Amino acid sequence: MNSRLTQEQIELRDAVRELARERIAPRAAEIDQAGVFPRDIVELFAKHDVFALIYPPEHGGLGGTLLTNCLMIEEVSRVCATSGLILAVQALGSLPLQLAGNDEQKRRWIPGLANGQLLNAFALTEAGAGSDSAGIRTRAVRDGDGWRIDGTKRFISHGSEADLVAVLAVTDPEAGRHRDLSFFYVERGMAGFQVARLEHKMGIRGSPTAELVFDGVRVPDANRVGEVGEGFRIAMQTLNRSRPGVAAQAVGIAQGALDVAVDYARQRVQFGKPIGEHQMVQAMLADMATRTEAARQLLYEACERIEGGAADAARWAAMCKLFAGDTAMAVTTDAVQVLGGYGYITEYPVERMMRDAKITQLYEGTQQIQRLVIARALLSTQ
Amino acid sequence: MQIVVLLKAVPVVGNERLVDGWSVDRSSGLEANGNDEYVLEAALKLVEAHGGEVVTLTMGPASSVEAIRKALAMGAARAVQVVDDALAGSDALATGRVLAAALGRLEYDLAVAGADTSDGQGGVVGAAVATRLGLPYLSYAASIEPDPAAGVVRVRRISPTGYDVIEARMPAFIAGTQLLGEPRYPSLRGIMQARSKPIATWSLADLGIDPASVGSAASRTAVHEATPPPQRAGATIVRDAPDAAVERIVEFLASRRLI
Repeated sequence: MNSRLTQEQIELRDAVRELARERIAPRAAEIDQAGVFPRDIVELFAKHDVFALIYPPEHGGLGGTLLTNCLMIEEVSRVCATSGLILAVQALGSLPLQLAGNDEQKRRWIPGLANGQLLNAFALTEAGAGSDSAGIRTRAVRDGDGWRIDGTKRFISHGSEADLVAVLAVTDPEAGRHRDLSFFYVERGMAGFQVARLEHKMGIRGSPTAELVFDGVRVPDANRVGEVGEGFRIAMQTLNRSRPGVAAQAVGIAQGALDVAVDYARQRVQFGKPIGEHQMVQAMLADMATRTEAARQLLYEACERIEGGAADAARWAAMCKLFAGDTAMAVTTDAVQVLGGYGYITEYPVERMMRDAKITQLYEGTQQIQRLVIARALLSTQ
Repeated sequence: MQIVVLLKAVPVVGNERLVDGWSVDRSSGLEANGNDEYVLEAALKLVEAHGGEVVTLTMGPASSVEAIRKALAMGAARAVQVVDDALAGSDALATGRVLAAALGRLEYDLAVAGADTSDGQGGVVGAAVATRLGLPYLSYAASIEPDPAAGVVRVRRISPTGYDVIEARMPAFIAGTQLLGEPRYPSLRGIMQARSKPIATWSLADLGIDPASVGSAASRTAVHEATPPPQRAGATIVRDAPDAAVERIVEFLASRRLI
């Protein structure tokens, strides 16, 4: 019995585990091969209130914690990383709203996000600005009682599916570093907002990654979340709560690969016995399981620290994402090794898991950025 | 309409073990009996269509509560659990007596139960309850169509040649099959709400039943021996592409004259 999780968290996790195993796992290979956003999985999450989990009850949500949501992402990613990402992106895109939105904005959008009628996306990255937000060129200028947004965002998960996109734009180039940015929710259908293209990717192939163009998009001031100039602060707070979601995806992918490898090692016979009885294979499985569990426990600890309002939330978010992402990459690579030639072909899911794992080392800050965040936090407290 | 679902918590299917040579081990986790989940689903659909509520009724050890909570998460409004140490070892007749006494204290238009349970597989407790309460007993239901205005319920009963359509006045007792339709997954909201739904626990004293009249000592049947089925030999796993796999499986079945 896991003493860290409440009985309710265990029941919610087990329910989503069953849903994932029975309804999502059979779709995972198709989703990867087709490279098409799985709307049926969105409907499945909506029907079973999985989207609702993270939102407050007064707006149609269930008031779940960061840890509970990460349990859901982990369980879904265990069978399908693209589907797990649907939950992570829905949370990510609505974080600026949850963190800095006013009551009117929350009443307007959260019920739809909670019941799955609305999907959202988070648009920070540009061709010349990822980890370094000082490179952001997208501009929002005052235009009457609203704003006019011009610019291009790249690598935006769900950008082509979202009804609502949280866009980080420069509002005052003179304001100086970290005071020059603001957040706006751009709605699908607003004139001048369009999807320029979708990327062809190595993994998470069912999750559309879009380039978004904002060509003189008129946005009412009511769509601005947070104060003007608060965008950078909101973005950093967002990452503190979204990086654990990526870590949860990574832990799920690692666990999924371990599940397949253990199952295979029990059944595959070479030299007269299951390969799981050969010590070199045993050692690999033991290390995979140990690393996966260590990543999971670090993630759960980080979730609780961040939820508890830790002053060093950024460091915990970065540490769990760093360790879980590297674990997912290592464990999926070893899973392919355990399966040998069968691991390399699409008949088994581990090659997909290995391709999916890579993204967890890249998005929401590369592993190098996580290390930078961790080191800076350590040194600044001296 | 008011529906009571008789719900039994059984050992997790696949984990069943015998202890002392005959008794079913209940220590390694219980889950709702599969057939009972199907009738629960049918009951939930009926109250969604006609209004009213579903109440579950369980006789079983305290550890049945997880199975009960899942039923509440699926949508039952509340639950009644009959728990008493004296009940251990009760046979079908004793179980029927207890459940009939409990059901007699509840209001219902329909009482429904799975056709049998995955542990006991007797399939007679429902009939025993219906007989004790003088209720019409509609067995092997593949569909349930109540007409609340007319006060009747119509059931399609599986028969060796197809279906019998049978009708009875309500209240009635229905034993249902898996043809009623797949049980739903509980929603996360349902799971969270289930934690605040009431589970009443009744003892034999609450039901006015003499403990000496139930349990293993008072049961009229005794299990003299039970043996687990023999271990199956290693399975043949076909991993070919679908077309080739179908060919191999057909060949395999044909070679054993199974098709």
